Amino acid sequence: MKTTHLNADVLIIGAGGAGMYAAIEAARSGAERVLLLDRSLIGRGGATVMAQMTVAAAVGAGDHWEHHLADTLAAGRGLCDEGLSALLCEVGAECILEMDQWRVGWARSGEGFAAVQAPGHDRARCVYVDFLNTGPAVSRTLRAQVQRAGSAIRRIGEMAVTDLVVQDGAVTGAAGLHVASGDAITIAAPATIIATGGLTRLYARNSASANMSGDGYALALRAGATLMDMEFVQFFPIGHLAPRLIGMDPIMWDPFRYKLGGRLLNGAMEEFLPRWGGDAEDARYSTTRDLATYGITKENEAGRGSPMGGAWLSFTHVPEAELRSAFGPVVDRLAANGIDLTRDAVEVSPIAHYHMGGVRVDRAMRTDVPGLLAAGEAVGGANGANRLSGNAITEALAFGRIAGREAARMARANTREFSAEGPLELLRASALRPLNTAKLVAQLQQVMSRDVGPFRTGPGLERAYAALAELTAELGDAPPVAPGQPHDLARLDWFDLRQMLLVAGCVVTAAAAREESRGAHQREDFPQTRTEWQRNQLVHA
Amino acid sequence: MIRAELLIQRSAPEREERFVVEFEPGESVLDGLRRLRVTQDATLAFRYACLNANACKECLMLLDGRVIYACTTRLEAREMRLAPLPNKPLLRDLATVIAPPDERF
Repeated sequence: MKTTHLNADVLIIGAGGAGMYAAIEAARSGAERVLLLDRSLIGRGGATVMAQMTVAAAVGAGDHWEHHLADTLAAGRGLCDEGLSALLCEVGAECILEMDQWRVGWARSGEGFAAVQAPGHDRARCVYVDFLNTGPAVSRTLRAQVQRAGSAIRRIGEMAVTDLVVQDGAVTGAAGLHVASGDAITIAAPATIIATGGLTRLYARNSASANMSGDGYALALRAGATLMDMEFVQFFPIGHLAPRLIGMDPIMWDPFRYKLGGRLLNGAMEEFLPRWGGDAEDARYSTTRDLATYGITKENEAGRGSPMGGAWLSFTHVPEAELRSAFGPVVDRLAANGIDLTRDAVEVSPIAHYHMGGVRVDRAMRTDVPGLLAAGEAVGGANGANRLSGNAITEALAFGRIAGREAARMARANTREFSAEGPLELLRASALRPLNTAKLVAQLQQVMSRDVGPFRTGPGLERAYAALAELTAELGDAPPVAPGQPHDLARLDWFDLRQMLLVAGCVVTAAAAREESRGAHQREDFPQTRTEWQRNQLVHA
Repeated sequence: MIRAELLIQRSAPEREERFVVEFEPGESVLDGLRRLRVTQDATLAFRYACLNANACKECLMLLDGRVIYACTTRLEAREMRLAPLPNKPLLRDLATVIAPPDERF
């Protein structure tokens, strides 16, 4: 297997919103050799490009980032790191305005931006690019800015980083598999930013792309960094369930709920949210994510779910002209999928969407390990136990900007020793035994969906832990088939599973320890929120 | 259960392989390929990053000689012949080099 070595001032792992903003900021802060890597193609994988929804930022007349902060802290159910939350709200608003200068195309209304009021916000604060184009527009805009930086930012796609390189307690770079060629690449860098997003691939039904395997958490943990709040996985309540919809993201219904309300109904076509503590939603869409997920799940447990096990979402009461105005060309894409909203309700159900937990960082996005930073969804703490709608892209941009600036500063310090022998040994290893790694991924997703979804019990979590141990044993300590082959998905899955199993174990252990219910973590055996649990759980290697 | 017969052009060694995949009405070619990896052959190679959202634009391939996105083309109860893009360097099976030149390594 061929091995190539590269040198960078700032290494950025992940080219979604956080990674691209970090690259831009590092370059304009003076870093001359920024290396931006992605598992997939630059700016086309991860969660940002998939975000069809809205972005929360205090940029409207009369709004202030402190109002946004108050809503973020309330949604976080007492667990937010307030310093990080404040950065999200304050720096996030600046980034949204900068994105406007970069011509992202935020929808306009009169003098200012058009904005909708998402659940949990005290006012209309969520800007967007119509219709369902927010994420693609954000990605495209950042890609263009990355390209404008010219030779300061080198981009390499199809690169799966498998390990960070640690020397005398500091991260000095990384090693990984170049998927397209099958070669190994090592990179020495005085500053490395983890911008790999979350862990939604651990679940069978998820709303992000296939490369959100939690690998950043695993990289950080193995390098000696601390993880926090790993038990808090956000399930988006109204992910599309049926009829089968292709060519569209399953979280697409939310922007239309903001605009039109829409009715969420059980299998008997009854409104059910008030039964579980929600509003009747007469005036507007107001139910927070954790509560809607709870209500839909409980209706199904009581035998009142929709045919496929979710709830009905109906816009049939909305006049056709209004539907056409709110959905724009999306009406036609739905029609191609056989869905006529004037006549048909669709089925929706909770879907893994975002991870509140992640790598613990300080206010400059530095982890506990010198040389290592994190940005975006990979960071834990800003959103506590439950993320407010619209905060994910804001967090990606704000934390990317802060991390990029700090990494450029760190890169001016001395370069340290670099030896990637350990990681390279694994990249060269081969067990030469048959192993269906795609099947193991599917089994892991089933375990997590069954026992580590939004509702957990002690026995369920114990069962999950035992199943993870079995899968880990089956995985073994070396990847199957020979190294050095191009686009070898079986081998890539092995490296992914190594990270996914470690991260899944962290989620299960933290969920088992937290004997209460709070936000996105609901224990059926401990249904109350308990004051003594108003604290963050940390995971160390 | 409905079945599609996928005739897939494989590389190393070059051959055409026949797979039968069961599907629910409405499922995409990408759904079928991903299921084949789990149930039959994890070494089958194709590209995708997003899941049927047509956001990553990676799953380009040929179906019966026509360029398609596997994520927006539905499985049908018939023989469907899949091949890699003919005008791009081949990586493996249905996966080709589609990254912009300045993002390659």
